[in-house]
Amino acid sequence: MENVTFRDRISVNRRNSLLLILVFLTFVTVFGYVIGYAWIGDPVSALFGLGLAFAAGTISGLVTYYGGDRMVLAASRAREVTHDDAPVLFNVVEEMAIAGGLPMPKVYIIEDSAPNAFATGRDPEHASVAVTSGLLEKLDRDELQGVIAHEMSHVGNLDIRYAMLVGVLVGTTVLISDFFLRGLWIGGGRGSRREGGGQAQIIMIVVAIVLAILAPVFAWLLQLSISRQREYLADATAVQLTRNPKGLADALQKIAGDREVLEVANRATAHLYIANPIKKFEKRAKGLFSTHPPMQERIQILRSMETGGIPETVG
Amino acid sequence: MGTVLVVLLVVVVVVLVIYAVVTYNGLVRRRNGVEEAYGQIDVQLKRRYDLIPNLLEGVKKYFRQEQEVLGEITRARSQAMQPQSPGQQAQSEARLSGAIGNLFAVAENYPELRSDRVLLDFQEELSSTENKISFARQHYNDSVQSYNTQIQSFPAVLFARAMGFAEKEYFEAVGPERESVTVSYD
Repeated sequence: MENVTFRDRISVNRRNSLLLILVFLTFVTVFGYVIGYAWIGDPVSALFGLGLAFAAGTISGLVTYYGGDRMVLAASRAREVTHDDAPVLFNVVEEMAIAGGLPMPKVYIIEDSAPNAFATGRDPEHASVAVTSGLLEKLDRDELQGVIAHEMSHVGNLDIRYAMLVGVLVGTTVLISDFFLRGLWIGGGRGSRREGGGQAQIIMIVVAIVLAILAPVFAWLLQLSISRQREYLADATAVQLTRNPKGLADALQKIAGDREVLEVANRATAHLYIANPIKKFEKRAKGLFSTHPPMQERIQILRSMETGGIPETVG
Repeated sequence: MGTVLVVLLVVVVVVLVIYAVVTYNGLVRRRNGVEEAYGQIDVQLKRRYDLIPNLLEGVKKYFRQEQEVLGEITRARSQAMQPQSPGQQAQSEARLSGAIGNLFAVAENYPELRSDRVLLDFQEELSSTENKISFARQHYNDSVQSYNTQIQSFPAVLFARAMGFAEKEYFEAVGPERESVTVSYD
C-alpha cells in the first residue's frame, strides 16, 4: 500500500538503497579481484578472489537487509518492551502509527540517561523504534509525541532502510579495508615468492592499498549525505502527524541542552539518532557548551511553524 | 511519409495508454488508501467501546460520589454502539467524548488522586484512546485530501469521474469532540 504522507520520499529511498547495495557489491567484487591478483599474481586465478568476494558481499548484503535492524538494536543494547512495561511510550507510538497510517512498529528502550531516539528496519512492516530511558524521564507527553512522530516519519518514508544499509554496509566496508591493510603488514613479502607476477602484481598491490584507504573515506561521505536534509524533512512530516510543532521543538530544545553522552552509540549507528550522540561528546571534549547549530536551526523552523501556523489540511 | 506518420501515431497512442494506466492505478491506490483509513477509524472506535467497561471497573471506587458522571459515560457508550445514521453516529461519539472529558474534569477535584498510579494509568489509557480516534480521523482526512486533489487535477479530471472516481467527503467533527481531551502529567 502506498502511503499518502510519505510517497515522495519512498521512491527516493528505494532507489538510493538499491544503488547503495550495487555500489557495495561492485566495490567488494573489484576489491576481491584486485586482492586476488595481488596475492596470486595471475589475472585468471584472481577470478577466484572475485567469485569469493562476490559471494561474501552478496551474503553480507542479504544478512544486512534482513537482519541489520537486529544488529543495530543489539549493538545499542535495546530491550523490547510491551504496553504494560511502558504504557505511555507504547500508546504514543501507537497514536503516531495511526496518524501516519503505518503498522505498529516494535518498541525498544535503551537504558541510558542521555535523551535520544532512533528507528530502524527494512520497511514499515518490519520497523522498530528505540528510545532511551533518559528521553522518557526528561520529556513530557507532547514532547515525546513529537520525537516519536519524527521517528515514525523516518519509518514511513523508508529512511530507515537506507540508513540501516549505510550503517551496516559502511561498517563492513571499513572492516574489510582494515582487515586487508593489517594483513598486508603481517603477510608483507608473500607475493614476492612468485616470479611470474612482476609489474602487474605490484600495480595491483598498489591499487588494493589505494582502494583500502579510499573506501573508509567514501563510506564517511555516504554517512554525511544522509544526515541533514532528511532530519529537516522528518521534522516537517512529524508536525504533519502531530499537528503540534511545539512538542517537537520543546523536545529538541531539551535534547540539545542535555550534555550527557549516549554510551551505546558508535560511528556506525550515530547517523540513526534524532540528535547526533557523538558530536556532543566531541564538543564537550572541546569545551564548547553552545548548542549544535543545525539543532538550533531545526528548533527555529519548528518555532516559526508555531507562530505562523502550519499549512494545515482539514481536520 | 505515410509510414512515418503511422509510426508516430502508434507511439503517441502507446504513450497515452501507458499514461492512462499509470494514472488509473494511482487513483485506485489512493481510493483504497481512503477506504483503509476509514476502516481504521472504526477499529479505533470499537476499541474504545471495548476498553471503557474495563477501565471504569478499575476506578469505580475512586468516584463513589460521581455516579452521575460514570453513568453518563456508560449510557453514551451504549448509545454510540447502536446502529444509526452517520450523522447520529457522529453526535453520539461526540457525546461519549464529552462524557469522558467530564470525568477528567471531575478528577481535577480530587487532588489526592493525582499521584495515584491506578488512576494515572486509567487517564493515560482513556486519553490515548481519544487521541487514537482523532489521529485515525486526521489520517482519513489526509488520505481524502490527497485523493480528491488527484481527481481534481489535470489530466485526471478529464476521465476520473467517467471511470467512477468520485470525491470523498472529509470527516468533520461535531461538538466537543473537536477539542481533544488534555490531561496533565506532572
